[in-house]
Amino acid sequence: MQTFVENFGTIWGGFLATLSLTAVAGVISFVWGAVLAAFRVSPVGPLRTFGTIYVEVVRNTPLTLMFFFWVFVMPTFGVIFPELGFWPAVVALSLYTSSFVCESLRSGINSVGIGQAEAARSVGFTFGQTLTHIVLPQAWRTAIPPLISVLIALTKNTSVAAGFAFTELVAVSQRLMNANPSDGLFIFFGIGLLYLVITIPLGILAGQLEKKVAFAR
Amino acid sequence: MSNASVLYDAPGPRAKRLDRILNWVFSLVFVAIAGLAILSAYNKGIFDDRWTVLWDPPKGQTAADVWHSLLVRGLGATLIAAAIAAPIALVLGGMLAVVRRGILLKPVTRSATVLTEFFRGLPVLLLMFLAKLVFGWSPLWSVVFGLVVYNVAVVAEILRAGLAALPKGQREAGLSIGLSAMRTTIVIELPQAVRIMLPALISQIVVLLKDTSLGFIVSYEELLRTIKLNRDYFGDQYLLPLFLVGATIYILINLSVSRLATLLERRLRERGSGQPKTPIEIGPTGPIPQSGIGGPAREEGARAGDPLFGHRARGGGENRP
Repeated sequence: MQTFVENFGTIWGGFLATLSLTAVAGVISFVWGAVLAAFRVSPVGPLRTFGTIYVEVVRNTPLTLMFFFWVFVMPTFGVIFPELGFWPAVVALSLYTSSFVCESLRSGINSVGIGQAEAARSVGFTFGQTLTHIVLPQAWRTAIPPLISVLIALTKNTSVAAGFAFTELVAVSQRLMNANPSDGLFIFFGIGLLYLVITIPLGILAGQLEKKVAFAR
Repeated sequence: MSNASVLYDAPGPRAKRLDRILNWVFSLVFVAIAGLAILSAYNKGIFDDRWTVLWDPPKGQTAADVWHSLLVRGLGATLIAAAIAAPIALVLGGMLAVVRRGILLKPVTRSATVLTEFFRGLPVLLLMFLAKLVFGWSPLWSVVFGLVVYNVAVVAEILRAGLAALPKGQREAGLSIGLSAMRTTIVIELPQAVRIMLPALISQIVVLLKDTSLGFIVSYEELLRTIKLNRDYFGDQYLLPLFLVGATIYILINLSVSRLATLLERRLRERGSGQPKTPIEIGPTGPIPQSGIGGPAREEGARAGDPLFGHRARGGGENRP
């Protein structure tokens, strides 16, 4: 308990590090994931193939492996980050998370009734019009709850950066537990609560949005 | 393009030409990017004798030593951790789900709920550090602890969703023939919930398998750490071949388990009455009938493009809860 209070400054720093990593990686992976989803439903064959291969490979790769790749393997190709820590973590997390973003968006698009697209086609909408006016507005609503789940998972996944020289919440807890093993449980619950501060509101938000979407249909 | 979608027309001559051009352009772009990557890798000397580590390693080691360390010790340790953690997590998760539904005491259900929500919201790595640094457990048991605690919560949540999705009449029938709430849950509801949630449970096993690689961080000698140890022994330039072998192993295992989940999902759906055999998708990847004017629509049979009777399955997409 005492350790937790005494080191609250360090812990708060870790919390902010986790938050900023989540935010930056979240934004990048949402953008890249949207691009990938567009690839996967596009009329152009090579783009679809690229999207499918990317998602299948990345989704089945452990995140630790992804970190390992950017931190240890990429330097052999001459790609070296100026400093370890934040940016390799952002790159690994974004590339990893974007495949899940892509799948959520795509399942949202797939969930739109096929009659909707047919109706749009039959009144003469083009591919672009069908997508922007009919399919995507409906797909978004279905995709938002799973997207929030992806964001929650991302928040927890930032902890892997602790193993690759980035000082966020888990790295801080590791240091504190090492120094004060007798206070370990308090540190664990304290750090755990800080994660829940991020994840639980997001979960509640997702649940409420889900209800709203269900009523709207 | 052969597989068409409702999102765009059956291509006419102009669209076909555009299509062909785009296909070529993007294929060429991808080939060019791949070529550039290979060229720059070549200039960095990636294709030198470092690959011999896989069949004729230096420092007096034999290829058998390297492969033994990767496949037997590394992959073995990964699979052992998963094989210990998965059954425990499934059983305890099932018990937790049953407790949440079968026991009618508010304090018990509520604490079970709080437990699930708490451990579901924590990073697995934090749990592993708890076991390793606070309890002082060995790396293997720290990994197993983290995987079990997290996955118990997730499995309980999956099964809770499955139990909630069952028709109400199942529970009412059980209660009305005099079974207790607990027995109704275990004997009548749980088997059905497990059945409908089997694909989700298998996907969770894939997540568990992937999470064993966190053992790398808590210095459990699983596949990834074995790769690192081999690199430390042989030298930095030998990392790439070793890493590629490890990545391939992970991806192949996870892909095949994921495939199993998809297959099971399809078989379960086929057995259900009046349900579609394959999920209907709007995207071009699905079995979409071409509903454009002319074009391949006629090949789909008389009911192609008929929104009412063509594909009853479509309703499945629209009647979401």
